[in-house]
Amino acid sequence: MSAVLTEPATPRLPGAARARQRIAWGHWLLAALVFAFLGAFLLLPVGEVIYTAFVTETGALTLGHFSNFFGQALLRESFVNSLLVALASVFFASAIAVPLAYLTVRFEFRGALLIQTLGVLPLIMPPFVGAVALQLIFGRSGSVNLLLNEYLGFSIPIMDGLVGVTFVESIHYFPFILLNLVAAMRNIDGAMEESAMNLGARGWRLFWRIIFPLSLPGYLAGAALVFVKVFDDLGTPLVMGVTNMLAPQAYLRITSIGIEDPLGYVISVIMIVLSILALWMAARFMKGKDYSTLQKGGSSLQRRQLRGWEPVLAYGWVVFVLLVTLAPHLGILVMSFSRVWSFSVLPDSYTLAHYATVLTDSRLMIYNTLKYCLMSAGLDIILGTAIAYLIYRTKLPARQWLDYTASIALAIPGLVLAIGYLRMFKGVNFPFTDTPIVGTWILIMLVYAVRRLPYALRSCMAALQQVHLSLEEAANSLGAGKLSTARRIMVPLMMGGILAGFVTSFITAAVELSATILLTSSQSQAPMSYGIYLYMQSIAGRGPGAALSVIAVGVVALGTYLSHRVIENSRAPVATRGE
Amino acid sequence: MNQNKVSLEARHISLSYGATEVLKDVNLRIEPGEFFALLGPSGSGKSTLLRLIAGFNQHQRGELLIDGKDITGTPPHLRNVGMVFQNYALWPHMTVWDNVAFGLVERKESREEIKRKVGAALELVGLQPYASRRPSQLSGGQQQRVALARTVIIEPKLLLLDEPLSNLDKNLRVQMREELKNLQRTLGLTTIFVTHDQEEAMTTADRMAVLDKGVLQQVGKAVALFDFPANRFVAGFVGTANLVDGRVTQVNGETLTFQADGVGVMVLPHSGDAPGLGQATMSFRPHTVNIRVRDGHVDASRIWLNGHVESSEFLGESSRYRVRVGDAVIVANQPHYSGLSLFPPGADVRLGVEATQVRFLTR
Repeated sequence: MSAVLTEPATPRLPGAARARQRIAWGHWLLAALVFAFLGAFLLLPVGEVIYTAFVTETGALTLGHFSNFFGQALLRESFVNSLLVALASVFFASAIAVPLAYLTVRFEFRGALLIQTLGVLPLIMPPFVGAVALQLIFGRSGSVNLLLNEYLGFSIPIMDGLVGVTFVESIHYFPFILLNLVAAMRNIDGAMEESAMNLGARGWRLFWRIIFPLSLPGYLAGAALVFVKVFDDLGTPLVMGVTNMLAPQAYLRITSIGIEDPLGYVISVIMIVLSILALWMAARFMKGKDYSTLQKGGSSLQRRQLRGWEPVLAYGWVVFVLLVTLAPHLGILVMSFSRVWSFSVLPDSYTLAHYATVLTDSRLMIYNTLKYCLMSAGLDIILGTAIAYLIYRTKLPARQWLDYTASIALAIPGLVLAIGYLRMFKGVNFPFTDTPIVGTWILIMLVYAVRRLPYALRSCMAALQQVHLSLEEAANSLGAGKLSTARRIMVPLMMGGILAGFVTSFITAAVELSATILLTSSQSQAPMSYGIYLYMQSIAGRGPGAALSVIAVGVVALGTYLSHRVIENSRAPVATRGE
Repeated sequence: MNQNKVSLEARHISLSYGATEVLKDVNLRIEPGEFFALLGPSGSGKSTLLRLIAGFNQHQRGELLIDGKDITGTPPHLRNVGMVFQNYALWPHMTVWDNVAFGLVERKESREEIKRKVGAALELVGLQPYASRRPSQLSGGQQQRVALARTVIIEPKLLLLDEPLSNLDKNLRVQMREELKNLQRTLGLTTIFVTHDQEEAMTTADRMAVLDKGVLQQVGKAVALFDFPANRFVAGFVGTANLVDGRVTQVNGETLTFQADGVGVMVLPHSGDAPGLGQATMSFRPHTVNIRVRDGHVDASRIWLNGHVESSEFLGESSRYRVRVGDAVIVANQPHYSGLSLFPPGADVRLGVEATQVRFLTR
């Protein structure tokens, strides 16, 4: 038996040399495939958009489109409005998030669960859905204003125009700042604060001079994200009837004037530039400022008890924030059960009819959402794992660029990518058929995959980093080749991280609207997010729209919960199968 | 178990990462069935050499032969060279049984064969009751045994051990050392292990190679390396040595005159293998140095030097003194018996170096 085992283990040299070459060749091939995908569905479409903004119909370079853009009062106004709304949203989101973060990190305060919950909310429900509900609660004739008017004789027009958009976006996106800030504050070594106190600083000065600067990188990361998200958001302004902002303008121009209108591309370029600028400034500020000062064995910031009037203030603030941020979710829920709800504090009567309507009319949309999102998330983890493998386990030159390239998607608004696809694939048919690519669902799926790839990639890279190289080498030396090692060792060990990536990709894609709205060419391809948007257009459709939203949120929440369970299980292999 | 014992030969092996040379022209032959140690400080290239044999590193120049056949370029999984990793590299998602069976599954052995062999391998390391546990539920020593079983089960041509005992506490280390040695005798596998601990190497290996800065310093049995170190590095790394620099100024008949820097002139007997005139380093072990009170005692078999105690360590079986003699500090070990009082720091003492135990190093 040993003869059989040991004989063929030393092949002749030429064969061995070939084997070595084939491995490196395989890496190149994999890298080429990944890059081809990113090139075709990210770089080229974006490049096409930028190029189109700078050339005339005859192909000559020009800045004319830009001067044309700034020559039109409406577009100038839209530009300023978008900028203002994004900045104001960052400001108000910060005003909500900073005290909350400070409370949870600094005090004995049962807020951890709350923070986690708040963090998931914007992920599972797109802001435009909340906008409709908020209109009913805070709008001119919404519940709050009706009550205020009746008892106090005045109303707050908080849901009107740009103020309304800012309001919706702030309460929707503040968790991004909150989560980043909490993470940063948790990483501050308690000794930082203690030594400042030891030297005489306390109270506000301690916060402003030590704690805030140390957590600034985390804050900026969150703030930049909020800025980009708000700037990119198309659904909210559309649903609220605000068109004098950049994203709606781009959408309107492309849909009404056509894909040839150069101003749509100019707007796209401006949106890209501002996104990149925001992310770049945050990254630049953070460069060389890794403030995670927590030492091994050190403890984080000391927590102290809330004293005297402090608990009242703290819990008062938290309850207020909670009420406001949960308002859209509660509103949607109530709306989905209400027969009629207008000009009244609460609906007049309740019904299940909307769910019945949705389940008969929109089954296809639910199916489409599942189909697109499962496929795009699947594609994302395949690409993510491949890129992570190339980066950490091979020595290909410039392999980091795959990561950088994939991450570009973070700064590209969905609207822009969709415009790029429409232009690039215009008139292109599937190979060997007469079906135009732009008329199919493939592009919707691809746009989801490309835009969510950075998130999935982070998860996959983290997962691979946790697998020590020697675990692979051990398998290798016991006779497992590259593929077998991947199948039996790497993939099982990375499973938790890969699944996390899959779920993040899935749930964020399920509620995406900006790109969907442009790429959906027929009712039969529409996913849920598009369906919700269509329903919300008409007063009569609001009930079914809300019902569909509740179903969407339910699907997403269920997915999140299941993935948590799976990840928890795969992370704790201990204490099973004991004797 | 394995009757095909193989030899390993490295010929002019060089390896560098960019401008950093990690291995420089290494030549080495390891005999079939030998238990061989690669000894060296960290950064000496010993682990690199081991990983090169396993196929995880590629050398730029030279040949690596198993039983005379060059294996350069053979990918790791086709080499049939078993390696036990320093951190054991047990797969946390598999049970002990699955870990051990891994290599056999790769080789597509039948279910019955796998069952029989895994049972035998676990019995060999005394771990049958733990077959269904996960690695994280085992102690360090048990994990080590699983790693060993997992490797020897594929009946590798060579067994490579990378610092196999470094993750264990001291008592366990001595016990595992014994176990390793017995296992190697039982299997008769050509085994190479890497360590930075000279005691480990001396107690376990048949022969060893000392590496420093990527260069092979000396190869041989422990006794040979200890008694006849080839250079200053080996003398200092294998055991403790007193090294005194100076010049050989005269060699005649049976005596030799050594002018030690900052110590003085000594006349020693020599037995034919005297170094030539010129720069040399005198080397002798602490236990060959007799330490006594400063008196007029003279005994022709020893070289007598006057000094004073700088510091002392009581080790139990012996006391170790650092004694200043002129510009040099000489370490002397005095066997300890109850009732023997220790020399306090500052005490004037007389050191007697056993003349026949002195070696002269020219490198």
